[in-house]
Amino acid sequence: MSTRLVSDDVTGQSQISTDPTLRTVTMNFGPQHPAAHGVLRLVMEMDGEVIERLDPHIGLLHRGTEKLIEHKTYLQALPYFDRLDYVSPLCQEHAFVRSAEILLSIVPPRRCQFIRVLYDEITRILNHLLSVTSYAMDVGALTPALWGYEEREKLMEFYEAASGARLHAAYYRVGGVYRDLPAGLEDRISAWADEFPKFMDDMETLLTGNRIFKQRSVDIGIISTDDALSWGFTGPMLRATGLPWDLRKSSPYAVYDELDFQIPVGTNGDCYDRYLVRVAEMRQSLELIRQCLREMPTGAVCIDDNKIVPPSRKAMKSNMESMIHHFKLFSEGFHVPAGEVYCAVEAPKGEFGVYLVSDGGNKPYRCKIRAPGFAHLQAMEKLCKGHMLADSVAVLGSLDVVFGEIDR
Amino acid sequence: MEALPFASSASWQEIIWQQNIKPILLLIGISVAIILCVIIAVAYLTYAERKVLAWIQRRRGPNTVGPFGLLQPFADAFKLIFKEPVIPAGADRVVFLCAPILTFGLALGAWAVIPIADGVVFADVNAGILYLFALSSLGVYGVIMGGWASNSQYAFLGAMRSAAQMISYEIAIGFVIVCVLLLSGSLNLSSIVHAQSEMWFIFPLFPMAIIFFISGLAETNRAPFDLPESESELVSGFNVEYSGMVFALFFLGEYANMILIAALATLFFFGGWLSPISFEPFLSVPAPVWFMLKVCILLFLFLWVRGTFPRYRYDQLMRLGWKVFLPLSLLWVIFISSLVYFFDIPSRV
Repeated sequence: MSTRLVSDDVTGQSQISTDPTLRTVTMNFGPQHPAAHGVLRLVMEMDGEVIERLDPHIGLLHRGTEKLIEHKTYLQALPYFDRLDYVSPLCQEHAFVRSAEILLSIVPPRRCQFIRVLYDEITRILNHLLSVTSYAMDVGALTPALWGYEEREKLMEFYEAASGARLHAAYYRVGGVYRDLPAGLEDRISAWADEFPKFMDDMETLLTGNRIFKQRSVDIGIISTDDALSWGFTGPMLRATGLPWDLRKSSPYAVYDELDFQIPVGTNGDCYDRYLVRVAEMRQSLELIRQCLREMPTGAVCIDDNKIVPPSRKAMKSNMESMIHHFKLFSEGFHVPAGEVYCAVEAPKGEFGVYLVSDGGNKPYRCKIRAPGFAHLQAMEKLCKGHMLADSVAVLGSLDVVFGEIDR
Repeated sequence: MEALPFASSASWQEIIWQQNIKPILLLIGISVAIILCVIIAVAYLTYAERKVLAWIQRRRGPNTVGPFGLLQPFADAFKLIFKEPVIPAGADRVVFLCAPILTFGLALGAWAVIPIADGVVFADVNAGILYLFALSSLGVYGVIMGGWASNSQYAFLGAMRSAAQMISYEIAIGFVIVCVLLLSGSLNLSSIVHAQSEMWFIFPLFPMAIIFFISGLAETNRAPFDLPESESELVSGFNVEYSGMVFALFFLGEYANMILIAALATLFFFGGWLSPISFEPFLSVPAPVWFMLKVCILLFLFLWVRGTFPRYRYDQLMRLGWKVFLPLSLLWVIFISSLVYFFDIPSRV
């Protein structure tokens, strides 16, 4: 005879049912499931349509990134960060290059800082576009997702213009960025920034005020600020509960302290607030992009130290010392003084941190990655319990998980 | 010994031909013609759906197979025909195979009583509406059987949702149709259209027509009520285990039902084959053209809704059906019947 928990619709409390004729159904959701956002597997215990227990299984995309990084020079380790959360690559590179820069005690030039902020914010819009529209798709609205993809394509062209790659940019470098922005790119970005609000308005017309969308999102997957903090929430998930915690404000890096922007917060901490926070953040990011373009200084994009940053191709062909630098950098790499550092940036999904330990060699001794999605996913059961099957999909969509960073 | 009728002028073979074989052949011929028409309509409805959704979503839609992708539905059909129908190991084979046949058969059978012009109808039965009701109530069995026999949790959940949904919205549709009956005074679909020669029923029954359309979306499991096959939760719902031609039968049945609901809405509220403007040259446009035009516009609305709205949740859908539509349509039945009783409406319209 089995006992089981039944959630009471009226009081929201659980009670023990000892009826032996009633049994829950165990349902396997994923890993091949259109709403599983990659390779998530959920084992759900269902009472009809109501979820009683939910157990996320992860690890299907585990690639051993952290261990691989221990066997790579700092330059070779960089592209792994694109492949963690593959929807917001550059923010993660930022965390890595910053931690290495702190250990090396170097500060990249101002133009580089502005370019990094510019591309961090482009990345944030890229990520939120996918997050918001695929959330809409999870609750059944197909159209915004396809509209969003068109805008994402435009943004990825900016990625490509700067770095040569649409997705896995590998653009930031310890001590700067790979190369300066190509001529005319800033004008193209600002032309796009003038058009983008139109898209935002169109998308919001379909979603924000839509009755069905609100019925599906409001009061679904509620979490309080205290709970969110104890579960380790960061980013929009935490801000939707009403706490204005944003690393760009609370521990500013790059040039965020010189820029003027606001931190949108929610009130309820439900799926709808998370949606609204992300939409508002996109508008703030747009504002930041405009400011960056307006105030972008001229000058170098890398530090002037050929022990860390490779010399120009031209110098390398004509200058013996430059050639040696080039050879040493691309074979042995640069050495980082012994020490350890935890450095986090506000990635679109939350606090993305890199804990870097160096033993003075040319490879990191240890590189621990703190992925925001992992903390969010572990609260799945808390957020979904007592809700219906369809809500679990909505909650999962609003968590904005990407398995590249959760499984690492 | 009395002579048989026509015995003097015709041989017995001719009598049998005239009285037995010819009418049967004729019936079979007409049935095949109707079925072919419906299937081709379904094929191009899927094409239209993909094109309309593509336009809404700023895509191109099918454009490779044939001019403007017009042969795409046939390419899809051939693909499905040549695919292997996989039957899951734990499935109840007989029920599993019967379910799509039932769904498809019922979806086609309903077309027997649909008049597309004055007198152009396969069976002009007096109780046409009752017949349609009977068929659409049976339609849910195909879904339940399919979901149950698949022996899969996803299919089972989809089937349960579908059953609940179809039953609850059928009641709302029922009351809406009662309003139509009260105004037209007939169960025969042709007479219902004739009763609208002066005024389409959309005007006296305006809110009911909306309820009918929305319930029709729910009845045919279309967005935003496509819970039984909601992609994001149940992958494909009750038909998740089906493949090949058996899947195609479900698919055809579903789309045939969509066209059927649009046709019914046309007959009940938009004056069937009647011209919307009662002077030349509009009166000389053939009646079936008007009928098809109206059906197409309604079908476009089906697709438009799909491109626009998110999906309801199971309990929200039930709440809408039982707590909003049912009382509202019941109220309207009372309202219309009092109109009919006190003002003697049917004799005037």
